[in-house]
Amino acid sequence: MLVGVVAQAVTQGGFDRFINALGSGIALGAIYALLALGFVIIFKATQVVNFAHGAIAALGAYLVSYFAVTVNIPGKWMTAAPEGVQWVLSAMVAVLLTALIGVIIERVTIRPMIGEPLFAVAMITLGLDLIIRTITNDLMDNSATGLGDPFGLDQISIGPLRMGYAELATISVTVIVVLLLLWFFRTRTGVAVRATAFDQEAAMAQGISVGKVFAIAWAIGAALAALGGIFSSVGARGAAGVTPFTALFAFRAFPAVIIGGLDSITGAIVGGLIVGIAEVFAGTYLGSISWLGNGFAGIVPWLAMMLVLLIRPYGLFGTEEIRRV
Amino acid sequence: MRGRPNLYTRYDSEMGLFPSTTKKVSIALLAVIAVLAPLAALPFFGFLGDGSWLVLVNKALIFAVCALGLNLLTGVAGQVSLGHSFFMAVGAYTAVVLGGEAGKTVWGLGLPMWVWLPAAGVVAALVGIFVAPTAFKVRGLYLAFVTLGLVFIGQYLWRNLGKVAGGPTTGRPWPELEFALWRNMDPIISFTSDGELWWWLKPINLLPWVQVEEMSGEVKTYFFVLVAVAIFAVMAKNLMRTRIGRSWAAIRDRDIAAEVMGVADAKAKTQAFAISSFYAGLGGALFASVVGRIIPETWDIFLSVEFVAIILIGGAGTIAGTLLGTFFVVLTPRIVENVTGFLATQAEDGGAFSWLGSIFVRSSGDDWIGIVSYPDAAGPGLSVAQLNIVLFGVLIIVFLIAEPLGLYGIWLRIRNYWKGWPFTY
Repeated sequence: MLVGVVAQAVTQGGFDRFINALGSGIALGAIYALLALGFVIIFKATQVVNFAHGAIAALGAYLVSYFAVTVNIPGKWMTAAPEGVQWVLSAMVAVLLTALIGVIIERVTIRPMIGEPLFAVAMITLGLDLIIRTITNDLMDNSATGLGDPFGLDQISIGPLRMGYAELATISVTVIVVLLLLWFFRTRTGVAVRATAFDQEAAMAQGISVGKVFAIAWAIGAALAALGGIFSSVGARGAAGVTPFTALFAFRAFPAVIIGGLDSITGAIVGGLIVGIAEVFAGTYLGSISWLGNGFAGIVPWLAMMLVLLIRPYGLFGTEEIRRV
Repeated sequence: MRGRPNLYTRYDSEMGLFPSTTKKVSIALLAVIAVLAPLAALPFFGFLGDGSWLVLVNKALIFAVCALGLNLLTGVAGQVSLGHSFFMAVGAYTAVVLGGEAGKTVWGLGLPMWVWLPAAGVVAALVGIFVAPTAFKVRGLYLAFVTLGLVFIGQYLWRNLGKVAGGPTTGRPWPELEFALWRNMDPIISFTSDGELWWWLKPINLLPWVQVEEMSGEVKTYFFVLVAVAIFAVMAKNLMRTRIGRSWAAIRDRDIAAEVMGVADAKAKTQAFAISSFYAGLGGALFASVVGRIIPETWDIFLSVEFVAIILIGGAGTIAGTLLGTFFVVLTPRIVENVTGFLATQAEDGGAFSWLGSIFVRSSGDDWIGIVSYPDAAGPGLSVAQLNIVLFGVLIIVFLIAEPLGLYGIWLRIRNYWKGWPFTY
């Protein structure tokens, strides 16, 4: 299939079409990478597969619409600031609040399950997914809710490449987030997180508060989910804003995680980009093939995931589980 | 060994279907209740004969067939699957292609039930065998994601295969549950149309308080699926207590250790997937047939989660738990709806629970407090359907944290308490 895509890329629409597909693929991949990063950080630090990640992303996006559009916090206290700044501040408040919600979720539902099988904890997050998703849907009245973002549908041209402001913002925020994470994992707290990810008991014996690490991991994970949710609901891609579909959209970050390997940060970024680019390329180049029908691009991530898993059962960068009797 | 129900002197008696007299009696009692209840012949439980309750009970019984399958795969063989709704869909669409009426836009062969019902299970099982190799390549939670992917790929297929699934928003009608010899022949027995009481049920009129002459279509469907559940529950039980089931349990507990002891890993997992998919396919076909018309969106991730929740709430790895869990999960929404309605009336008319009603129900847009909007679903509160989903999530979490063995575990605790009563142990 990959060969076919490349072959058609050359024949159909030429370089222009190819470079634009690549650009928007990277932008979409950046959203997936943000979601996948949050997921992987939670998994690495706490051994929890967070099925509620998509729901948290949608909740974060909804909170932006609440703070920026409904109540206008903090905009109403700083009317002098430009609108863009006001929106960014609202988004930050929403992201922080989502992080707080992540901490609460960890404390209330995940902490009592320490030591239980992975599967049981994963099922807890499935329950959380139902709860958060339903309440978020109800909050936004089951319909599309605009985020009041300043990006709009405006585009910028770099040679043949046209990119939306929202896409550029997505990519740059993802880069900043990755750099921040690289820095964070070198700080004292970050080292504690890494130690806990490596071996919880040994970390505890070294005087690391594992509970605190869990809270930090969930805060970071939820914040990244919120960022992913926000960027999937702005610009041309999310022109309608956050919808009941946003949570399901975020489900497509799971293939990205699996392709990269459940416990690999690098994998999350690479997987996100692979999935994003594959999806956009499928939409661009395979959209004209009628027998593929509607929505083929939407399942490309899943197909890619199965393909990768058949070749590398632990993803591209995942650690192979050592099986002992 | 009379009076010592837990003392087994032979393996046969421990592995027996009904290891004790108590169990025999209680199963027999349950069977009598199961026959009497839908005919409204049971004192106090007459409401179960009501059509709207019977529809739910039928749904629960059909879901029980599917849940038994998932229980074998996840509870016994330990292979986490979120793809159960996919296998149900495979069964349902096999049924409709074989048994449905052909139309301008849809395929259908119009074959009778004795062809399409078993075929639904068999085709789903074949698809299960096809999927199984991923299960011994990919392990644990990775497998959960693969099966999750199946659901999404399946939904894409059903949306686009109009010839099979009908329109994406309209679906297509499913064949009815009726037994005919071949296509276009008059059905010998119909399990959906109203009619006279079956002759073998006539003796219940000997009971002084019973007077039944007619039998509604729902009751007939009920008996049909009841027999199906009974057959499949016994089959599952037999699987669990014989060679295949024990090899599954070994795989679940530690697959590499099981291999060392001579259990063929690939074979056991393939069997588990095939049999679980067989259950799912058959249940899916029954479900679609009883509902009558189904759109492709029905087979979504939520349906899969529902089945996972059923076996978790009921108690993973147990037959009784699965049945309990199914009834609990399927009937709770109706009970919640009734309770909400009751509280809303209380709040309005000022009954004994009016205080609870006014806290819980948001009857108009002016209410500043309340969780549920009722009867008008619009507005800031949750609708009853949404409340049910939230409650469902809460139940999964509460059960996993507080009672990992599920309803079956609660039952065990109650039983053990009374076993030693009045002593604590």
